[in-house]
Amino acid sequence: MMLEVNDIHTYYGMSHILQGISLDLREGEVICLLGRNGAGKSTTIRSIMGFVHPASGSITYEGEDISRMEPFEICRRGIGYVPQERRIFPTLTVQDNLEVIERKTEGGWTVEKIFNTFPILEGLKNRTGRHLSGGEQQILAVARPLMTNPKLLLLDEPSEGLAPLIVKAIEELIHEIIKAGISVLLAEQNMRFAMRVAKRGYIIDKGMIHHQGSFEELKEDKEIIGKYLAV
Amino acid sequence: MGFITIPSIPGHIYFYFFLNGLANTTCYFLLAAGLSLVFGLLGVFNFAQGSFFMIGAYFTYQLVHWTQNFWLCLFVSPFVVVIVGILVERYLIRYTYKININFQLLLTFGLILVIEDTIRLIWGVQWRTVEEADILKGIIPIFGGGYPVYNIFHTVMGISVFVALWLFLNKTKYGKIIVAAASDKELASSLGINVPRLYVFVFALGSWLAGLMGVLHGPLININLDMGHEYIMDAFAVVVLGGLGSITGAFVGSLIIGQIRAFGILYVPYFERIFMYVLMMVILIWRPRGLFGEKT
Repeated sequence: MMLEVNDIHTYYGMSHILQGISLDLREGEVICLLGRNGAGKSTTIRSIMGFVHPASGSITYEGEDISRMEPFEICRRGIGYVPQERRIFPTLTVQDNLEVIERKTEGGWTVEKIFNTFPILEGLKNRTGRHLSGGEQQILAVARPLMTNPKLLLLDEPSEGLAPLIVKAIEELIHEIIKAGISVLLAEQNMRFAMRVAKRGYIIDKGMIHHQGSFEELKEDKEIIGKYLAV
Repeated sequence: MGFITIPSIPGHIYFYFFLNGLANTTCYFLLAAGLSLVFGLLGVFNFAQGSFFMIGAYFTYQLVHWTQNFWLCLFVSPFVVVIVGILVERYLIRYTYKININFQLLLTFGLILVIEDTIRLIWGVQWRTVEEADILKGIIPIFGGGYPVYNIFHTVMGISVFVALWLFLNKTKYGKIIVAAASDKELASSLGINVPRLYVFVFALGSWLAGLMGVLHGPLININLDMGHEYIMDAFAVVVLGGLGSITGAFVGSLIIGQIRAFGILYVPYFERIFMYVLMMVILIWRPRGLFGEKT
């Protein structure tokens, strides 16, 4: 297994948010964490990324326990993160947003390679983060962690709040990333979007996993969809 | 007796007051830039910045006393303050990042008392003076009068440090990393930036600036135990005016406050300090983030 999350319990202050989450992901796999707002998707991703340390349970990445590490150490082991609210560095240009995190390795991602793969960013390279549209920011937010040469990418609701056309563009972008051999863990509440990207999923609600399996089976299960996913 | 004096003075004297204002700018800027940089990244308002300036000044006094070499102090004293700064960040302030901000304020305020008393123990209560290098002594003729060479040197140093800092933050990769991390620490960390190490670097840079001011300002004043908190209030007004976290703001704030104080002395010597605080209040009401502060 590339990533194994084993029975983690995460708290924010006194609130018991994650109540025993377990999931796993094999190298090259694309999986999705599906659930409504407040179900615990972001907290699961934030626990894996090291922003908040679980009180118990373990998170193992490529055989190493990362549950007590700082985010930058986790990133340097090969996990990339795309935050929910995009969070582009507002005063830096598109090019600088990429360059500040560049880690030069042989055959790794460079600013040039990012521009070749996502040509729209090249046209915006001198624009500062705060002057990008929501869709442009999202494209940059998805492309940016590639500069750290991740083997696994965590995406927190990349389709949220975007126009359908932009959602389509983001979807294509994620397919590019998968094609480049990067494994993906996606958190989503948009089931259609999730099914177009991932093959297998976990349904999360109130900080617990309630169902797991392939989307082929899941899309037939009206009861589960109605109970955990319908708005 | 009127509070406002309109002296009949020759025109070139105004120019001298303008130059005095620029010399003030340097000292405010070096202190305010450190405050602003540290606050921008670490979110810590370091009241002890003024005490770091004091360490720089006293150490410069000692080193000049031993070696008679002012230039040596320009290199050595700021680094002594850097070492103090690194120890303070690593072993004291670091423990307060995740707790209530009141503890940070109490801690840096407590540091002022500890540093001042330590200096009192080492150098006593008497005033000390520092002599500048021979080449910086004397006056140069401007507009038929004379102006101290040292003040010009002091001003040029301040402006050079501003330009260097601006270039560092805006044109170098490491500077841009600091800007990025200051705007979103958590995200910067998730993108592989070692934020704790950046904290040490920026705190050390702030300490270096305070130490440099200690050396540069030494020859202009009597070095005494009150100098730290006197200047920290002025620097506080500068960062409120310019905007916390902005180096350009710290410089423009220093320019404005420097001139206000220089001409305040000329026209309203009784109340010259008041203008600075009135301006600070106006800014706090009208534009709380300061002239160059980022929207939060």
